[in-house]
Amino acid sequence: MDCALDIFFLEAVLNGLLLAGLLALLALGLNLVFGVIDVVWICYAELVMVGMYAIFHFHKVVGLPLPVAMALGILVVAVAGVILHAVVIRPVLDTPPINQLLVTGGVLFFLQAAATMAFGVEFKNIGVQLGSVSFADMYFSWNRILTFVVALAIVLVLWQFLRRTFVGTAIRAVSQDRQIMPLMGVDTRQIYLITSAIGGGLAGLAATLMVLQFDIYPQIGLQFGPLVFMICVLGGLGSMVGGFVAAFIIAQFITIGGSCFATEWGYAVAFLFFMVIIFIRPQGLFGGKV
Amino acid sequence: MLELTGINAGYGQFQALFGVSMRVEAGEAVAVIGANGAGKTTLLRVISGLLPASAGAMSMEGTDLRRTPPHRIIETGIAHVPESRRLFPRLSVEENLRMGAFVKPARARFAERLDYVYGLFPRLAERRNQLAGTMSGGEQQMCAIGRALMSGPKLVLLDEPSMGLAPVIVTQVFDLVRRIRSEGYTVLIVEQNVAQVLKVVDRAYLIEVGRVDRSGPAAELLASDDIRRAYMGL
Amino acid sequence: MTKPRLNPGYVIGLAVMIAFPFAVNVLFPSSQKYYLHLAVQILLWAFIYTGWSLMGRFGLTSLGHGAFTGVGAYVTVLLWNYSGLTPLLGIPIAVILAAGLGVVVGYPCFRQRITGHYFALLTLALTEFVRLCIVGLRDLTGGSLGTQPQRHGDGLSLYAVQFEPDRMLAYFIALAVWLAGLYVWWRVDRSMDRYALDAASQDEDAAASVGIDVTREKLKITALSAAMCAFGGAMFGQYQMYIGPDTIAGLGVSLNMVFAVIAGGMFVMLGPTFGAFFTQMLAEVLRVAIQGSETLKAWLGSSALALDTAIYGLLLIFFIIYMPKGILGTALDWLEKRKPGS
Repeated sequence: MDCALDIFFLEAVLNGLLLAGLLALLALGLNLVFGVIDVVWICYAELVMVGMYAIFHFHKVVGLPLPVAMALGILVVAVAGVILHAVVIRPVLDTPPINQLLVTGGVLFFLQAAATMAFGVEFKNIGVQLGSVSFADMYFSWNRILTFVVALAIVLVLWQFLRRTFVGTAIRAVSQDRQIMPLMGVDTRQIYLITSAIGGGLAGLAATLMVLQFDIYPQIGLQFGPLVFMICVLGGLGSMVGGFVAAFIIAQFITIGGSCFATEWGYAVAFLFFMVIIFIRPQGLFGGKV
Repeated sequence: MLELTGINAGYGQFQALFGVSMRVEAGEAVAVIGANGAGKTTLLRVISGLLPASAGAMSMEGTDLRRTPPHRIIETGIAHVPESRRLFPRLSVEENLRMGAFVKPARARFAERLDYVYGLFPRLAERRNQLAGTMSGGEQQMCAIGRALMSGPKLVLLDEPSMGLAPVIVTQVFDLVRRIRSEGYTVLIVEQNVAQVLKVVDRAYLIEVGRVDRSGPAAELLASDDIRRAYMGL
Repeated sequence: MTKPRLNPGYVIGLAVMIAFPFAVNVLFPSSQKYYLHLAVQILLWAFIYTGWSLMGRFGLTSLGHGAFTGVGAYVTVLLWNYSGLTPLLGIPIAVILAAGLGVVVGYPCFRQRITGHYFALLTLALTEFVRLCIVGLRDLTGGSLGTQPQRHGDGLSLYAVQFEPDRMLAYFIALAVWLAGLYVWWRVDRSMDRYALDAASQDEDAAASVGIDVTREKLKITALSAAMCAFGGAMFGQYQMYIGPDTIAGLGVSLNMVFAVIAGGMFVMLGPTFGAFFTQMLAEVLRVAIQGSETLKAWLGSSALALDTAIYGLLLIFFIIYMPKGILGTALDWLEKRKPGS
């Protein structure tokens, strides 16, 4: 290994920490849906892609100010989450779990194709650069710092929501015992819709941060989708703390691996690490529930 | 208060209840007794909407229960403490109680109801932050009853409250039942422990293979020889 | 019980398939290459999908088979390009490596009883891992641009297992490969292993309690399934004379396998084949329709490229919700019901 413990290594570690913020935010919505409805949205990254295009459209085509475009983007994906659940997931809720995963795979193909038809295959960019900050000869982009802070804030807000409100408590309760929810006066279908809306909203939120860092193109979901699933499973499905820790670990593999070797090797080692851990601890690092 | 007429119900091809009729008046405590698999639990599941009835009529204070969606039945004043308690194991005691007060009218009076339940069961107040799944069986039963009371019900359905508990705890559980009676709740209780439950209630229905076999005042049934022989091993 | 050799339908079908290239020669002599190319692609994918369905039908929904086709194609080509090793040996090596990889990943999975979502996501990670390795080894593999087997002479060679210029030959090779795949499926369907796996996919504990070594049975079927996919991947590379990480490995390939099999029907012998036919023809018909119609072209513009995928996606959703047994499976059920006395 030709990268010693020098300043570049430290920079990579810190950048990994910041990348972890984004990955953790991405994993958060998926984790919630996974934990509560017990369904894997394999098209989750494509929902983020839809959000990115929505923001691009509202900002660059319609000409709305960026914050408004972002708010609308979040709304669009939240609604998409609700539609996804009501139209696609609900009919297969009582079939083998793998069907639910696969049906959202059909949505993945559809969304990618729909995005290609609507926006073409060219890379799009909203053209906002936040610049970077230098500190002790190390460079960090403001985007990543902002993402990290927002991710942290969102986790805290979501945590409070799940702990302190009636609906939040019901969301956690559903994941523990679906059948008796009617006895509590809870309409499970409604809780699922709310959860899907929150899951979609979190994907939309991730999209607002991603448009600041990345170009938009129809296949962008395939770039980070598998990574996000891996983080969810590695952290322990439904465990938000686990998701954060897993995001941190994976991000370190990627940035350190990427700065020492080529980017792919960082990713490849991360996937290998994931498989080995799951072989040893199938329930993930923090197996438990919300 | 609660009135059932000719209720049929079952699971798929299997019919579990055949034309069951019964009524519970306000302020009464009524038991449903019978052998294992006679359809007692099914009866409670039908009343609280977990299982749809296939025929018959069912009303609570004039509200047609068969036309009420399951999650709205609690709003008619029926609270169901299900078989084997069914607490949310990874929620704290207080969070379980909060789930009991989920419906809108109860939410508004949450703090008041919580104080009331904690006053009734101080043990729950001590354990408010403990995960429900880590408590003893008796405490869990207490929590399950507390959760049902959080909605401010008129009628409490209790399904086998003594099941799976040690004999000492069983006595305590029947004390709990007496206490909620004395708080003015109407109680419909399903029990296998016939000798004990008949001492707590006013009236009882005996169910055999999905049909009401006989009914009457608890004292009368308690004195009946064939019931003593069949269900109390005397 | 299916006995394909005794069923007159199968005999006629086979005769039609043997006659097909000659008929094409007579009827469409000018576009013979195009039709045979389509047929070869369908047959090779049908073989690969049949390989996948060996596992899929027992509840082992793998998103990792893109890894096996990738290993099959890349190991074969790299051995040929860099060591001059004939694919006659290279393909068996690649197949054994893929089967080994399947066992290495399968063993801990089955021991730990990783099933359902977890199995799908874990095998998805395997796909990604193999794809990333291919891209990462870009000095050998050409990275994301892919690479080609070095052409041997005029491109027709038994030694190099290259047959692309002669479409007629390619067709019969693909036909033989596909028939071999069906034979494997049929053998598995008739074997005791199938009953063991059926039992295990219903209830693992119950299966284990009647003396079935669940892990062993699953490993056997995994190795077989991986081997078939690797062989199919290798043959596909040899035919296309090009391999790329996204065309023969990767998540897209894995997902296509799963979906084509679901669309066709996972539980009947010709289901995967029908799925291959259906998905390939859907893309092709839409492409031709759009190319051929000026109105459609003007209306859709460049986005027409994605129309087939959009329809494909919608159909998948439809199939999983309303026809979980696939087109062929549903059709056979329907025929069965109409048949009097059965």
